[in-house]
Formats: sequence, structure tokens, C-alpha cells
Amino acid sequence: MSTVIETAVVKPAPVSTPFRQFVSRFAESRAALAGLVIFVTILILAIAAPLIAPTDPYDLTKVDIIDNRLPPGSQSLDGTTYWLGTDGLGRDMVSAMLYGIRISLFVAVSSGVVALLIGMVLGLSAAYFGGIVDTLIMRLVDLKLGFPSVLLALLLLAALGKGVDKIIIAIVVVQWATYARVVRAGALVERSKEYVDAAQGLALGHMRVLFRHLLPNALPPLIVVGTVQIANAIALESTLSFLGLGLPPTEPSLGLLIANGFDYMLSGKYWISIYPGIVLLVTILSINLMGDQVRDVLNPRLQK
Amino acid sequence: MTVFVIRRMLQSILVVFAVTIIVFLSINVIGNPVDILIDAECDQACRTRAMLTLGLDLPLHEQYLTFLWNLLHGNLGDSFLNKIPAVDLILARLPASIELAFSALAIALLVGVPCGMWAGLKPNSISGRLVMGGSIVGFSLPTFWSGLVLIFVFAVQLDWLPSMGRGETVTVFGTRFSIFTLDGLSHLVLPAVTLALFHTALIMRLTRAGMRETILQDYVKFAHAKGLSAKRVLFVHVLRNMMIPVVTMLGLEFGGLVAFGIVTETIFAWPGMGKLLIDSIGVLDRPVIVAYVMLIVVMFIIINLVVDILYSVLDPRVRLQSAGR
Repeated sequence: MSTVIETAVVKPAPVSTPFRQFVSRFAESRAALAGLVIFVTILILAIAAPLIAPTDPYDLTKVDIIDNRLPPGSQSLDGTTYWLGTDGLGRDMVSAMLYGIRISLFVAVSSGVVALLIGMVLGLSAAYFGGIVDTLIMRLVDLKLGFPSVLLALLLLAALGKGVDKIIIAIVVVQWATYARVVRAGALVERSKEYVDAAQGLALGHMRVLFRHLLPNALPPLIVVGTVQIANAIALESTLSFLGLGLPPTEPSLGLLIANGFDYMLSGKYWISIYPGIVLLVTILSINLMGDQVRDVLNPRLQK
Repeated sequence: MTVFVIRRMLQSILVVFAVTIIVFLSINVIGNPVDILIDAECDQACRTRAMLTLGLDLPLHEQYLTFLWNLLHGNLGDSFLNKIPAVDLILARLPASIELAFSALAIALLVGVPCGMWAGLKPNSISGRLVMGGSIVGFSLPTFWSGLVLIFVFAVQLDWLPSMGRGETVTVFGTRFSIFTLDGLSHLVLPAVTLALFHTALIMRLTRAGMRETILQDYVKFAHAKGLSAKRVLFVHVLRNMMIPVVTMLGLEFGGLVAFGIVTETIFAWPGMGKLLIDSIGVLDRPVIVAYVMLIVVMFIIINLVVDILYSVLDPRVRLQSAGR
């Protein structure tokens, strides 16, 4: 927000740029702003996890198995308070969750970025070159989109095995097609406009027309899809980890923490599953709140 | 029209063929199932014998051709574990999955459409905002976690509903159903609600978005201006056009129901196809995994084909577009 005000002071003349319009319309929704604040907070917590976590849940010398399954608020023998209890191995839930968010977000964001890049290049190429390139790429996209994400990722992971890299590959395979389709649709509309003809008339290279001229104009729908896809990636990763097909036990994401608590839940020890689940829900929710407002703002049919 | 249908069918067959290759190759990367199926004391000779009986000693492409040949004859191999045909094993679990999926779909439609319409009509009212807020939460809830919370609240704490299995079933037309017995119904409630949550939220959002866009259209204004009653405009003119995206999504959501059905069935130990798949992945029972995937792919392709053909019948623009491509 502050950058917007500063630029307004420096250059008072252009009253409304598309970007500033976007920001002010985004800020109209309090829910979206709340989503932004919550998401940024979670992001900071995840990045700073090693600094703020009360204990290091992976340091086996600090984890005491005697402290396992303590309810929230209990104290260990040496006087540490476990505000949200401990899990089946005696790890402090607060620390385990902070590290869990870190892993969940890392997997979701990195796979999202890779999928976005792959989808963007393929979608742009399909729209720009047309013909056989378009047919090939789009048939592949249709093939992928005709298959449910969870199922595809599940089978992929069954074949690949466990691991952070494996789950990133699986999410990329699941998500690239959506980006490709959205970029292609946007680029197709833009391609028929005169500025693209003009750029081509100037004999600019394919790459330059694609990335400097077409891409920036095809970007808005990509923002909407991107936010939703990150939320999907988080949910997908946690679902797969819960089913025991995602991350290895040495790198517990939120989904894996929930899975670990499932057995204890039936005996009433709710905190091991419930708290990571709430964090997971709040994270996904905050992204969806932002995505919702972005979509409304960018939807031309709802323009006032 | 005929050309369109024939071309779509040819495409579908090609896709099935491509999927057989992908599935077969990826399943073969998992590992050697012999190591899991034979007991630890088995020596090299008995290991070889096991591989021979299972046909695992042949080169990969021969295994694939055998697989393809058998596939054409509707034979997807016997389950390594249960020694009965994989297809039979899956089909035996199909009714349970279908029962769960349709119950969830019914809940989602009955709750989602009215709520979405209301929220679309009154986007700024408190109830409209509540519906939207609720739908975002429902949309964000990971299926497995909402299942866990429902189990914790209704099965563990309150002890109102059971959380495992199908309960008592009755046989109707040769198929077992849970829904017709009180015990079975009580077993069905939690998994069906869990599976329905996401879809309810999705239908609500689609209905609301369709509603908001449709009521701004000129023909709706015209219908009002013509002096038609608000009820008639809403239920005849608006509803029909608004339902197009919802109906499209129902076709696509079949996939979601199958996929999240796997998660729901695993949590609630519901003896459907999804639970069978997860169990089979756990023990590398390849024929069952392959048969499951092939059945699902064929189902998907048939549904997509039917939706496409229906579309071209209902909306000539689709047909023209694909002919022009």
C-alpha cells in the first residue's frame, strides 16, 4: 500500500493506472484484505520458523519420548510449557507446526512456480504458433484435464516413491495444464489485436513478441488461476501426505502431522490432528479469500 | 454431426490407447511385486517359479502386449493377492463407491443450488454473505481433515454415529445397499457429508456466479419489462441459463467424486473401490491398480464423450467451432 501512496506523491498526473485501479478495488473487500494479512503472517512465520520455534522438533537430543501425547498447556520435566501439547513422539506441537507450514508452503510455491513456467511457455507457444503445435499441446492438456488431479498425483507418487522432489514433480504434472490452457486463451484474444500485428510488422523476433508484448497483456487471468492453484497445491500435498504417499516421515508437512494424529484421535487426543488442520485450513482459506476478490475485480462481466 | 461424433470417438480410442502405455509403464517402475508376495524364506528357485507363474520374467514389451491382448478380451489379470480376477474384485466394490458418491452428490445439489441462488439474488444481504463465507470455508477445507473432525465430534465425543464401514446392508436387485437400513444409513451419513462438503461449496459458488451474471443480462431486464412476475422470470428464464455451468460441472465433478472418494473411503474404512486402490498400492498389487485405472479412464472418456455430443446437440456453436479448427 505504501508504495502506491509514494508513487502518487511523486507523479500526481496519471490518476488511475490499471494497477492502481486494481489495488483500490482489491482493497474494497475487507475479507480479501484480511486474507492478505493472514497469508503474509503465515508466510513470515514459515520463513522464520527456525528462529521463533520454541524447540527444534528434528533435534533428537531435545525431544523426550517421555513427553509424548501431553495435552495442551502441560509442562515437561525441565519446565518447558507445551502450549499446544505434544505429538506421539514427544515433539512440541507449536514447533512441529511451524516447521510443517514451512515444508507445506515450500512444496506448494516451488511446484506452483515450475508449473506456471512450463504452462506459460506451452500456452503461449500454442496460441502464437497455432497449427500443429497448438493441436499437439492442447490435446495433451485435454488428456491431462480429463483426469482427476488427486488420482493422477496418487498414481504418480505410487510409481515415484516418497520425497520432497517427487511430490513437487507430481504437483507440477498435475498443474501445468491449467496454466497452459489459461495462458493460451488469454494470448489468443491478445494475438488478434493490432499491436501484435504491429510488433510482427516491425520484424521483432518471436521471443520478443511472445514475452514482451503478448505475455504482459495475457497476465490478469493468470493471477487468478495462480492464487487458486497455490491453494490447491497445499491441499493436494497434504492429502497425499495424509494417504502416506507424499513426504517422508523425516520431513513432516501439516498433512503428515494430521495423519500422525489420526490414530490418537479415536482415543480423544484431538490436538495432534486438529491444530495442524486449523493452520492448514486458515492458510488455504486466506489464499482463497484473496483469489476470490481478484477474480471479481478482473471479471469484465461484473464491471460497474 | 455424424462426422463430429465419429471423430470424437476415434480421438477417445486414441486416448485410451495412450493411457494404457502410460499406466503400464509407470506401474512397472514401482518395484518388483514378487518381493512382497513371496515369503522371506523363499529361495532363488522358488522366487523364479513365482515370477514365471505371474509372467513377470518376460521382457517389458511382451508383458505389455499380453496386457493389451487381455485388455481387449476384458481380462485385466488376476489380483496377485486374492487370486481372483482384478476386474471382478473392483466391480464387487463398485456399488459401495457409487452409493457413497451419489449420496454426496444429492446432498451437494440439494444444499448448494438453493443457497447459491439465494446468495446470487441478494449478494449484499447478511444471509447472502454468510452463504458465500460458508462456501469459501467449505471450498478450503481439505477433505481428509473435515472427515477427521466429523469423526472426532460425532463418533468420538458425542458417540452419535459410527465411523467405520458400511454397517448393515440389504440386497436389492442383487446389489447390497446401506441406505435402506437404519444402521447402514447411520454409517453412510458421515462419509457422505464429508465427500459432499467440497462439492456443495463448489455448486454454491457456481450457482451464485451464474445467477449474478444472468440477472444482469438484457433478456432478463426485458422479461421484467414485459411485466412477467418475478417468480416466473427467476424460475423459467434465469434458472435455465444459469444452470448451464452447473450441469457442465456435474459431468466434470464425477472425477472429483471418484478422486476424493478415495480419501473419504480410506478415512471411514468404507469398502469401496478407492479403499481397494489405496490398499493395492500399499502391497503393489499391480493388476488391481492397472484394472482400476483402466476402468476409471474408460468411464471418464465415455462421460466426456457423452457430454461433448450432448453439447453439440444442444449448442450448435460448439459443433461449428470444432469443424472450423
